[in-house]
Amino acid sequence: MIWDWAFAFEILPVLARAAIVSIEATLIGFALAASLGLVLAVVRIAVPWTGWTISVLVELIRSTPLLIQIFFLYFVFPKFGVVLDAFTAGVLAIGIHYAAYCSEVYRAGFDNIHRGQWEASIALNLSSWTTFRDIIIPQAIPPIVPALGNYLVALFKETPLLSAIAVMELMQTAKIIGSDTFRYTEPMTLVGLFFLAMSLVSAVLIRSLERLLNRRTMR
Amino acid sequence: MTEQPMVRFDNVSKRYGALTVLDGLNLEIARGEKVSIIGPSGSGKTTVLRMLMTLETINDGVIWVEGQPLTHMERNGKLVPADLAHIRKIRAKIGMVFQSFNLFPHMTAMQNCIEAPITVLGMKRADAEARAAELLDMVGLSEKKDHYPSQLSGGQQQRVAIARACAMRPKIMLFDEVTSALDPELVGEVLEVIRKLGREHDLTMLMVTHQMGFAKEFSDRVCFFHAGKICEQGPPAELFGAPKNERTRQFLHAVLEAG
Repeated sequence: MIWDWAFAFEILPVLARAAIVSIEATLIGFALAASLGLVLAVVRIAVPWTGWTISVLVELIRSTPLLIQIFFLYFVFPKFGVVLDAFTAGVLAIGIHYAAYCSEVYRAGFDNIHRGQWEASIALNLSSWTTFRDIIIPQAIPPIVPALGNYLVALFKETPLLSAIAVMELMQTAKIIGSDTFRYTEPMTLVGLFFLAMSLVSAVLIRSLERLLNRRTMR
Repeated sequence: MTEQPMVRFDNVSKRYGALTVLDGLNLEIARGEKVSIIGPSGSGKTTVLRMLMTLETINDGVIWVEGQPLTHMERNGKLVPADLAHIRKIRAKIGMVFQSFNLFPHMTAMQNCIEAPITVLGMKRADAEARAAELLDMVGLSEKKDHYPSQLSGGQQQRVAIARACAMRPKIMLFDEVTSALDPELVGEVLEVIRKLGREHDLTMLMVTHQMGFAKEFSDRVCFFHAGKICEQGPPAELFGAPKNERTRQFLHAVLEAG
């Protein structure tokens, strides 16, 4: 038989521990991406002279493979005295990579805010910080939750790239099990199923968040 | 010392590329004066308000508010373009009501009215709410204070917008075609609130309007704009009753004809 149930159950606890690392990497990476992306999008509007620099930066990050960025942070940064452990370097690379994408999503969200909202904020003499915090961001976020959610799932599915710098996440663990036992069927299948399950769960969560936000704003 | 005018446009020009919207505007508005601006579309009349609210930059000239420069600031005895801190200090004297209301849709009427007093003036929430409640009462919307803009009619939204602007205690209030987006039956309630505001508060008011009847009855002075210049100005009785300028006559004829 190709599929060995006993072996599958035997490796399950090991994989489950590795899954936690994958989830940690996803959550920390996405928190970084979502917040850094927001900062980039806000600064681009609030401090106009940074616009060109940020555009170039975002384009640079989006136009090079994530794997190269991970390698860069892990192997090249130490040459400049910045030594990061594999998990930190990997999560940082993922977070920055997706921040570039998220900043474009936020930008689209800001562009959709009617000009009158900015003008009313000026007429009321709100500071630009207050304008973003109280007026623009609360209106811009709900419509872009689905787009941000897509990037959360995409980011999650890219965490196996961390296996390239030996972070003990799911993929790396499955590879080690495979090379130790010469059985790849069970570990790879289980890893695939795990990603499938988690992606479906996040999709449901994002949709309910979307509904909640719509209910709050569409009164 | 003679009293400074509340607002003074000193040779102000505004251009968009090759298009000159306002051409060397000189206009003084006294404290407490009610001035209406009328004119055909594209005559630059809305731009006057938008420049005073600092929604538009100016290309030439200086705008003064109570004797202090708004668009500029003094440094070593010379006027240099104002920085944001200076603009915000002077701009605090000015409030504006827009054609499209521009209420914050994610906030209730009350929240719309307390946002700026709390975050800009540093008022305590309870004080800001008390003041907002008075203002919402003045515009006749006490019962609607917990409603969101989408739950209000256009006329009600515009009255909330007036209350919101008043909550910042401006000395100068700008009204930019505030009834143009309203259904005809809702125009009256908004004009009534503006009348009340003029009676009960010591406000300098500058309004761009298409409501000739209201301009005639309400203003101390009417300015007719044409092609980026003041073509004719004077007390409403004179300007409407016996316009001197041919363009004014043509415009008034066309507008009054249309009803």
